[in-house]
Amino acid sequence: MGFPHKPHERESLVLSKHFGEREAIGLDGWRARGGYTALQKALAMQPAEIVQLVKDSGLRGRGGAGFPTGVKWSFMKPGDGKPHYLVCNADESEPGTFKDREIMRWTPHALVEGCAIGAHAIGAEVAYVYIRGEYTEALEKMNAACKDAYAAGILGKNAMGTGKTVHVYVHKGAGAYICGEETAMMNSLEGKRGNPRIKPPFPAVSGVFGQPTTINNVETLAAVPHIINNGAAWYQAFKRADNPKSTGTKLYSVCGNIQRPGNYEVPMGFPFKDFLYDLCGGPLSGRQFKAIIPGGISVPIQTRDEAEATLMDYEGFVANGTMLGSGGVIVIDDAQNLVKQIARAARFFAHESCAQCTQCREGTAWTTKILERIVAGEGTHEDFDTLLEIAENMTGKTICVLSDSCATPVISGLTKFRADFEALIKKKKVHMVPAQVA
Amino acid sequence: MADAKMVNLTIEGRAVSAPEGTMILEAAKLAGVLVPHYCYHPGLPVAGVCRMCLVEVEKSHKLAPSCATAVAEGQVVHVHSEKAIEARKGVLEMLLINHPLDCPICDQAGECELQDYTYQEGRGEGRYRDPKRFNPVEDFGGDVMYVANRCILCTRCVRFMEDVAKEPVLAVIERGDRALIGKFEGEDLTHPWAGNVIDLCPVGALLSKDSLNKARAWELDRSASVCPGCSQGCNMIVETRDNQVMRLRPRPNDAVNQYFMCDHGRLDYRWMNRRDRVEQPMVMSGGSLAATDWDIALRAAATLLRGKRAHVLASPNLSNEALFLLATLVEKTGGRGTFRVNQGEEAPLAGVDDLALRADRAANVRGAEMAGFTRSDTPLSGLQAGDVLIVADEELAGVDASDVAHAGAVIVIGTTLPSWARHAAAVVLPIANCVEEEGTFTNLRGRVQRFMQAKAAPGLARPSFFAVGDLLAAMGEGKGYWTAAEAFAALAASHEEFAGMSYDTLALKGTMTAGATAGAR
Repeated sequence: MGFPHKPHERESLVLSKHFGEREAIGLDGWRARGGYTALQKALAMQPAEIVQLVKDSGLRGRGGAGFPTGVKWSFMKPGDGKPHYLVCNADESEPGTFKDREIMRWTPHALVEGCAIGAHAIGAEVAYVYIRGEYTEALEKMNAACKDAYAAGILGKNAMGTGKTVHVYVHKGAGAYICGEETAMMNSLEGKRGNPRIKPPFPAVSGVFGQPTTINNVETLAAVPHIINNGAAWYQAFKRADNPKSTGTKLYSVCGNIQRPGNYEVPMGFPFKDFLYDLCGGPLSGRQFKAIIPGGISVPIQTRDEAEATLMDYEGFVANGTMLGSGGVIVIDDAQNLVKQIARAARFFAHESCAQCTQCREGTAWTTKILERIVAGEGTHEDFDTLLEIAENMTGKTICVLSDSCATPVISGLTKFRADFEALIKKKKVHMVPAQVA
Repeated sequence: MADAKMVNLTIEGRAVSAPEGTMILEAAKLAGVLVPHYCYHPGLPVAGVCRMCLVEVEKSHKLAPSCATAVAEGQVVHVHSEKAIEARKGVLEMLLINHPLDCPICDQAGECELQDYTYQEGRGEGRYRDPKRFNPVEDFGGDVMYVANRCILCTRCVRFMEDVAKEPVLAVIERGDRALIGKFEGEDLTHPWAGNVIDLCPVGALLSKDSLNKARAWELDRSASVCPGCSQGCNMIVETRDNQVMRLRPRPNDAVNQYFMCDHGRLDYRWMNRRDRVEQPMVMSGGSLAATDWDIALRAAATLLRGKRAHVLASPNLSNEALFLLATLVEKTGGRGTFRVNQGEEAPLAGVDDLALRADRAANVRGAEMAGFTRSDTPLSGLQAGDVLIVADEELAGVDASDVAHAGAVIVIGTTLPSWARHAAAVVLPIANCVEEEGTFTNLRGRVQRFMQAKAAPGLARPSFFAVGDLLAAMGEGKGYWTAAEAFAALAASHEEFAGMSYDTLALKGTMTAGATAGAR
């Protein structure tokens, strides 16, 4: 639903069905809404069956990369004698994204259930939920949900009376964007500085505490109970006819220069134009959309034309010059100069760079300085070339993709919205020498 | 290694065969190709953060960090392809944007990897037009000073303290381009091995306070040597300028000290430059020592020894060559040989097996024992009335003339003349110290290692093996030795522990003596 707005009739409410219902937060209310029936069912299934079911459903990672969840789970080999871990990535810190927060605020038990099923599917007895430090309300709700679930025997050494052990622990992050990167998150969980690790080894081989680990996004895990209960075919049905690769519903967080910002849940393949104009109410009065960043600040910026031609699924966004990313839709209208927005984004990345890789540590800060200089009216045309070359040096050469994320809006900005840059150069300040000095 | 599976690949057009699991950067070394790098160091865990060692691997869409990418069968690696060079050029430019470019006043200049690679592959001119970040210089404690502005955050120092010294004192603090190396609250770099971070630092960020502003790297002459600071036998490089030792640095030897050297050994070099040296042979004449020439002094010493037993008190810092010749002298005169060893606190380097600053603060304790000298805290106690006391390179601290009064005569073979000997010595034979001559030490595990001459000996001082060899010749035993290699060859021929060894076979890393089994190193 477009919480805090009423649901739009064109939404497909699966994950967001109970957003805004206070009763759904507690265990009894959640049970009354069919909660934990999926876990009961899943605990009776073999892990391989669950993995196969999730594979069949076509569920893909909702954190940004879109990796097929069932395939990711199949990398874990239950019974290899090692402890396995499931880590739920609830560090939702991608600017423009706030869908996971609503899941945890309104339906914390949905995530606890998803974590428990996921843990069982990969042969793990422990799941960690790593919550972004700033998400105090979500943290509180998740802690309460876990406590109630333990008290009710849903979690623990004899989960739901099946004799299986499922622990879900909530861990509070300390406010670093980079800890949303899965290997940095593992370091952070271990009590180390949140620096991304070199891959290989991949988490499925050596993850948190050096043991096989799977990391899934909140939205991904919250979708799993629905798949267990309703079957793969039901989930498969949420898609456009000509693209079977993206299935299910997706939550989008909409913010920026738009009539009704909020969270919306639509099936894969939904037309972006209808989404923006119909569900979200279109631009503010007297304005027009200029640019859309559809998947959090890290993805390439779309022009209005590109956005309006997009069908909202993994492939649909790629076909129109961007990525689905986290589903954090940032709308920018024609009253804004895009350079300022990009400079702000770059400043964010420069602040959050973990400082390991040279290109990222220096490049993000350098990019920021140039962009802010351009915004201040002190830029030159040479700066454009320098920016593009820095961006090239920052792409595909570092341990994680923070560096690439900073380069992305610069590249798409300079290629698609060059007029905004030119406008600031034309406004360049001319330092006048006073004709007379008194 | 022998049974490791070998992987065949091509690096810069050269066929290379490397054991499975080898990283491309190391494999490239086998092919004689140096991949520029900063954060990688063979003695530290891989960090993969500087992104300097990016190379192009065919069929891979992204450039690979060669320090963290394992070799694979059939891989084709390009180190100097356009794409790889462009990437490294980008890294170099970024490393320099906040760098003060103060090479003319930087101690690291001339041995700086940032300077070297920038000259080699970097851009002629930077494009950075904005203000540079500034951080003040910080005293890290111990011998280490941190110049944050020059730091490239390769984290070698952090990893050394954490993974090798096992005393994590350093960390990267702050994030983004504000990041710098910081000390933990209340901690200092006082670990006995902390000085290694200075060598590990590829740029001028961590500097030695001891050698600060003392010499330019290109003025220094370098000689391979072995640290005389303790019985570990760490391999080192002696760096001299104008016949003065300026700095000691570790020389890699996997079997002894890997890449490291302790602060005690590193900073204990001033005695090598002492000015109060004995510069010419002397004999006692009319109550005082008078300078003379070597032939007269040697003859005088031989005369004193005729028919007498020699009590030789030798320094455990003398070379094997000198010690074994002294042992011959002891044997020939039916005398005895003793030595004593200065003691200190043992300080292991936790992350390296069997590496420590040893309690025995002398290089050749094992060699002295093998030569038949008796270790004793009271080395003069066996001195019998009428014996000729030969004091070889030992200051006899705490001894005065009365302690040696009952000796028949005293012969000093030494680098300096202790005050008690001014009136007690009958003959003084000046010798070179261990950085002024060539020789071998045997470390505590029985590894025989060569050290080279790094500077000239003062005046008429002669290498110790040469002086003792000539003394024996004057006594009618042998004909002396012209070179240390000859002296060692004679030693190898007559002692089975050294059988088959020669300076050529010892080379620069040494060899274990026959029968030495204790410890892997």
